[in-house]
Amino acid sequence: MRNAHDRVDPAANRIAPGPSPATTKVVVHGVSRVFPRKGETLEAVVGVDLAVETGEFVCLLGPSGCGKSTLLNIIGGFLEPTSGYVQIDGQVVTGPHPRRVFVLQEYGIFPWASVWDNVALGLTKRPKEERERITRHYVDLVGLKGFEDSFPSEISGGMQQRVAVARALAVSPDIVFMDEPLGALDSLTRLQMRREILKIWREEKLTILFVTHDVDEALQLGERIVVMTARPGTIREIVKVDLPHPRDFGSLEYGRAKNRLFELLGVSHAV
Amino acid sequence: MSTWPFAVTAAALATILLARKLRDPIAAVLLPLSVAVIFICAWQYSCDAMSYELPLSDGTVRRIELFPTPWQTLVDNVQPIRDGTLLSFSIMSVYRVAVGFGIAAIIGIPLGLWAGWYMRSFQALNPLFQFLRPISPIAWIPFAVLWFGIKDSAAIFLIGLSSFFPIVTGTLTAVRAIPGVYVRTANNYGIEGFELFRRVVFPACLPQIVTSLRMALGIAWMVIVAAEMIAVDSGLGYQIMDSRNASNYARVAGAMVTIGLIGVALDFAMRRLEHLDQVRWGFSRL
Repeated sequence: MRNAHDRVDPAANRIAPGPSPATTKVVVHGVSRVFPRKGETLEAVVGVDLAVETGEFVCLLGPSGCGKSTLLNIIGGFLEPTSGYVQIDGQVVTGPHPRRVFVLQEYGIFPWASVWDNVALGLTKRPKEERERITRHYVDLVGLKGFEDSFPSEISGGMQQRVAVARALAVSPDIVFMDEPLGALDSLTRLQMRREILKIWREEKLTILFVTHDVDEALQLGERIVVMTARPGTIREIVKVDLPHPRDFGSLEYGRAKNRLFELLGVSHAV
Repeated sequence: MSTWPFAVTAAALATILLARKLRDPIAAVLLPLSVAVIFICAWQYSCDAMSYELPLSDGTVRRIELFPTPWQTLVDNVQPIRDGTLLSFSIMSVYRVAVGFGIAAIIGIPLGLWAGWYMRSFQALNPLFQFLRPISPIAWIPFAVLWFGIKDSAAIFLIGLSSFFPIVTGTLTAVRAIPGVYVRTANNYGIEGFELFRRVVFPACLPQIVTSLRMALGIAWMVIVAAEMIAVDSGLGYQIMDSRNASNYARVAGAMVTIGLIGVALDFAMRRLEHLDQVRWGFSRL
């Protein structure tokens, strides 16, 4: 029997910054970010190096306040790094981009617009027919057929999150940034949404950066898991997850990988 | 003193006690109706209570009434209802409010959106708005007459002024309270410039804009009476002043009842706006 540590091998997956191969999508180079706070400075992210391949599903895992959202916002162009830089497709990121879309915990779908209009948000510049065809496709893909005319207040939290996902996918995104997108859902809906996100990731060949503080979520979704430490936010390890899908909570390998992640996070999961 | 108000009030109170438990369409009609009946009885009772007999020098007594009874109000207003003066005065008042309020909304909403969105314009304009807002529109009447004369435009100006500040400050406050996640989303999807206002800022504020419009219309409808008393020679406010000068207090009361009824209708119309899909979300918890 193979040792579980062969499957979850952190050491081999440290990505050295430098000239990137053709398939590298995102390069994070020496990124730090400090926030001024009450006369002091808070080091949210310190010296992060990371590379993400095209089509990869990478999870950023860490405790609350470890700077993982800050890092995601820097990569997505919503925050400037204090030092270092981020390149996407070889270009330095200077601001948000309409095809690098965020899916947030609070969804950010517009309560004044119908499901259909929310999904079509990023498509205004397309011709009408194309816009309708794409919107149709993604409304159906996330299972909202029949709810096109509903308003966000009339549908469940899980369905609202599907709207946010469909809206993001409709712009044929280059990268999808997910910042604890399932955090507001109940645990059963969350499991179901994970399955659907994986399915869509495969079908649409997306590059996904997914922030979570949930070890199971990271382990079920990610091809690689970037484990972060808190204050200052640095990368502790980058863990490659070789478990085949569907990833079963109950399997021995899963349990070992989970133990390893908890170890890296510095907590015991046995309470 | 008549005793019927007491009997009818007792009956209305009994109806209320019963109607509380009834199904909704019936209860929703019976309850306010009973309250209206009690109100009219109280009105009648107060008229009776306030009237007194004044002995005159020739030995006779004269009954002095300080407020017309409901019945007198109705009877004395049959003629203005029949000959159309009450209707045309009502139309005049509604017309002035509509024009003044409309102009205030057309200027106030875009100005509020702009002044609320840009930090610098907010800093520049907000103190001025806050300074002008508490000055009662009635204080402007002398100037309105001086500038416009005894004309429609004077009343319209006063109505515009009274509606403008609630609308502009309501809109401005709404813009400043837009949740950051909507703006962030708009940034992410490349929505900017005029599109940002049309698709995000305006719809995000619409529920509060509608609320401020409703408030402004209520204020405008109150101010119109004062404006018409002085600044014009037609309308319900003018009828109040004119009837008072003629000591015809039943006509004064008639104008008051009409003002109340039209006010209810205006508020009902504004409430309908709050039920639109684009507005309703702002009043329900997600």
